[in-house]
Amino acid sequence: MTEIPEHLLKRAQAARDKAAADSGAGEAASGAPSDSRIPEELLNRSKAAAAGGVAVAERVATGVATTAPNGNSPQGTGPGGHTQRLLTVVKSGSIQDVKAVPVDKVHTWPHLLGVEFVAALACTAFTFLFSWFVNAPLLQAANFNQTPNPSKAPWYFLGLQELLTMFHPMIAGVTIPGVALIALMLAPYMDRNPSNKPEDRKFLTSIFTVHLMFWAVLVIIGSFFRGPGFNFTFPWRDGIFFDL
Amino acid sequence: MALTLDEQPKVTLKERATKVNESLKGSQAWNSIFRPGSIFRKGYTDSPRNRSYVIMNSVLYHLHPVKVKRHAVKVSYTLCLGGLSFFLFILLTVTGIFLMFFYRPTATNAWQDIQSLQTSVTFGLMVRNMHRWGAHLMVLSVFLHMARVFYHGAYKAPREFNWVIGVILLTLTLLLSFTGYLLPWDQLALWAVTVGTNMMGYSPVIGSQVRFVLLGGVEIGAETLLRWYVLHVLLFPFITVIFLAVHFWRVRKDGGISGPL
Repeated sequence: MTEIPEHLLKRAQAARDKAAADSGAGEAASGAPSDSRIPEELLNRSKAAAAGGVAVAERVATGVATTAPNGNSPQGTGPGGHTQRLLTVVKSGSIQDVKAVPVDKVHTWPHLLGVEFVAALACTAFTFLFSWFVNAPLLQAANFNQTPNPSKAPWYFLGLQELLTMFHPMIAGVTIPGVALIALMLAPYMDRNPSNKPEDRKFLTSIFTVHLMFWAVLVIIGSFFRGPGFNFTFPWRDGIFFDL
Repeated sequence: MALTLDEQPKVTLKERATKVNESLKGSQAWNSIFRPGSIFRKGYTDSPRNRSYVIMNSVLYHLHPVKVKRHAVKVSYTLCLGGLSFFLFILLTVTGIFLMFFYRPTATNAWQDIQSLQTSVTFGLMVRNMHRWGAHLMVLSVFLHMARVFYHGAYKAPREFNWVIGVILLTLTLLLSFTGYLLPWDQLALWAVTVGTNMMGYSPVIGSQVRFVLLGGVEIGAETLLRWYVLHVLLFPFITVIFLAVHFWRVRKDGGISGPL
């Protein structure tokens, strides 16, 4: 449910109070039911029609046949001098899809652009300062005859390389990442739960977190706990075999 | 000064500046650049109308609506991760273009070019560092953006397809990073990519063919460097920009960002 901002609620309440005060006297005098917007005589007529449609037809017929007995109403009129008949009353809400739910909005400038600008500045500053103090690695020129030990993939693929130690390359390098990607893409179509509230999504949130953690742990092990020959090491004992 | 040579009052600097400003703003060139209603034409004083004009009469209108939901500007909701990913993409484009001036993607020159870029080009080392760290940061921020969207359930209807585009963009980000990894042509690049592409060769049916096309041979060599350079600076950025455009367009068409929870 959209949260209706407080100032709009207040405004609506004020308008409702004003309308009530304006029409209060008139309604009290006529005694009409305040919840219906249909004029009372129309309601009465439709009730009469429902009670005996034939009766109404007869009355109309007599009205046509006789030449204005009372002289006031013209030919072909119904009771009370009306020239139309009420077939049905359709309330506006049922045929007009009115979407007047107020949404609390703010101007993009300055509220969003300001934040974006600051975020961009902070990001640039961080990258700049980090680059000031830490140099990108540049090892010796590529040499096909000298394989470094260990040889590691970029860090985001180290989870896959870690899987290579456990499974056949076809499974670790193709099947698992392929299935993971496809499952990710299909996630919105498989998740049939319409709610986006965390308390309604405990199962899926847990599943996702477990997978994230699984992946993070694999990457960390591959990065820091794998030494020469891609054997398990402790970084505090043997040093770090990792370049970013 | 004892002598006053001219009777006319002196034109102050401020008056002169105002005059130049007025003639500039009245010129056809100025008015052809800025649309009617632009704040650069009619000046800016803070009012709701002008706040709307800032977006409506600038190219920003392609990216942002005039108004956004109040919760959408809360940093605690989005953590700015999507925006930062995009900004890092821009930062990487700018620094990458700088690097292209000094780099030749051939096996004999590539490493030497990076070496001399670092030692004899002004800000060369700095820009290379920014490009490298920015790339790692982008992989991280795209990944975190995905996690954020998942935890907020923001991929639910009507945003399912935008999530799919997002996963494609994540893959493209990894491909961009991975193809860039080879370009310094040092031991780290060569053997990291060797490990990575060996895995690729195990794809069923087309694995070895795809690997052959990507490497330009059965093993990594000089041809691989040129291919990955073209992929890195042209093909993947091109595809990424297209998917970014669709991604941003869908964010707006699907009713702005999701939430509140």
